[in-house]
Amino acid sequence: MSDHDSTHGDDEPRIREGHLSGDDLTAYVCTNGHATFPGHQRCPTCGESQDAELDLSETRAEVVTWTTSTATPPGVREPNHLAIVEFDLDAALEASQDFTAGTVQGPVRTLAQLTTGDVESGDVVAPTYVEELREPGAGIREPDSQSWDGYRFEPVES
Amino acid sequence: MRDVAIIGASMTQFGQRDAWIRELLAEAGDACLDDAGVEPSALDHLYVSNMASGEFEGMTGVPNALAHDLGALGAYTQRVDQTSSSGGAGIYAAWQSIASGASDATLLVGGEKMTHKTTAESTDVIASLTHPAEYKHGVTLPSFAGLTARHYLERFDAPRESLAKVAVKNHENGTRNPHAQFQKEVDLETVLDSPIVADPLRLYDFCPITDGSAALMLVPAEEAESYVDRADDYAVISGVAGATDTHVVHERDDPTVMSGVVESGERAFDMAGLEPDDVDVAELHDMFTILEFLQMEGLGFAEHGEAWEHVEAGETEMDGDLPINTSGGLKSKGHPLGASGVAQGVEIYEQIVGEAGPRQVDADVALACNVGGFGNCVITTILEAAA
Repeated sequence: MSDHDSTHGDDEPRIREGHLSGDDLTAYVCTNGHATFPGHQRCPTCGESQDAELDLSETRAEVVTWTTSTATPPGVREPNHLAIVEFDLDAALEASQDFTAGTVQGPVRTLAQLTTGDVESGDVVAPTYVEELREPGAGIREPDSQSWDGYRFEPVES
Repeated sequence: MRDVAIIGASMTQFGQRDAWIRELLAEAGDACLDDAGVEPSALDHLYVSNMASGEFEGMTGVPNALAHDLGALGAYTQRVDQTSSSGGAGIYAAWQSIASGASDATLLVGGEKMTHKTTAESTDVIASLTHPAEYKHGVTLPSFAGLTARHYLERFDAPRESLAKVAVKNHENGTRNPHAQFQKEVDLETVLDSPIVADPLRLYDFCPITDGSAALMLVPAEEAESYVDRADDYAVISGVAGATDTHVVHERDDPTVMSGVVESGERAFDMAGLEPDDVDVAELHDMFTILEFLQMEGLGFAEHGEAWEHVEAGETEMDGDLPINTSGGLKSKGHPLGASGVAQGVEIYEQIVGEAGPRQVDADVALACNVGGFGNCVITTILEAAA
């Protein structure tokens, strides 16, 4: 049995609820400190189990790039302002009780809706909770197969 | 492993067709058997590249249906789905069947029926490949392209016009392809003034939604001459390889690098014993104009961040150093998902055997790069002229 396997008892489930789904704005961290959002069954970098969690729901991020989509699928707002944002990992670690600075490797990013199309790359944004990002069942994806709430990001003073 | 040859090819008219998936596949498969001079009863394997006939049409089990409709009963059949790179993955699967000795005659047919759905519905079927954390934000493949294009233009200080020039070039090439969906030139102003779809990209930066099918006939290279009229009337698959990148697009270290393109290209060049400089003509997966830049760089035809300079210099035009997308590309020829990678194979086969008509360039080595998702899975194929 490998060291990896030894971290799990026979009765312990290997997938936690929501781990692979990206339901929550939570980064998953493996035993070697690699962090991803969303989580994976094995760490994409080293193959180890992702056993630790880092809440990002109150962490600011920087806009890496953005677009405004005007040809949106069923159940999606139009226009749809979207961005790839990169979290301030140091700030998230500082706010956490479970990690010390420098023990988690990023970058950790997410693709997300923006509250406005009035942004530029490099802007600082903060997550704001939305009950329904997209109408469940309007598109092809089975409504019960995933969550539909989540976080939009809005520009804030840096 | 045995060397593998392509001895025949076909493609249907691409565009808005009345035919449904079974009819489209049968049309291309029938024409390819004719082109290769192969009887359907001689087929050992029959592969169908298709992404979503169930989702688009409510029709599944299409390989078996095609075997029955083509008179190839008894052949082993298999569907190959790798989203937009299903066609390239089909070439890989068909190559494996011959190279391994499992089959002595393999027909590959790729096809998709899409245009009966609205643009929004088709976009959603394609976007269903995304992770739940992406899908719930309403992301589409075009919006990934907009995000990447903005980052590329800002980071490398590339002019917006350079992307538009990809569209202008591929539309001009498409005027010489009788099977292309659009056989119409567009000028730079038309591209730059077209409606915004995913800022900064506009309508003419995107490929259309398309019905169509394409096919290739594969046999052992040592038997190829027994099928063809002229000794050099076939192409050899000297390199073919695939690779995957992240499912979740924002997890990539560098948004302007598609590692699936890099790794599949390196493996295909390695297998062929060739370098990027050896390639005479290439078909790249220009589902969006920005993808032509990313593939040129990932395959080693340009340095990172410099593909736009080669386009600006005209090097990728028909009379340039490396003509890219002589077929018109997905941009002008159309993009019936499962057919596109096979149609890329049809174009580079015709270039190698000298059957490309008004699109013909001088080519002994040709490459096709077929991209699934937003670079999520990639197949690169290299063809060479018969020795």
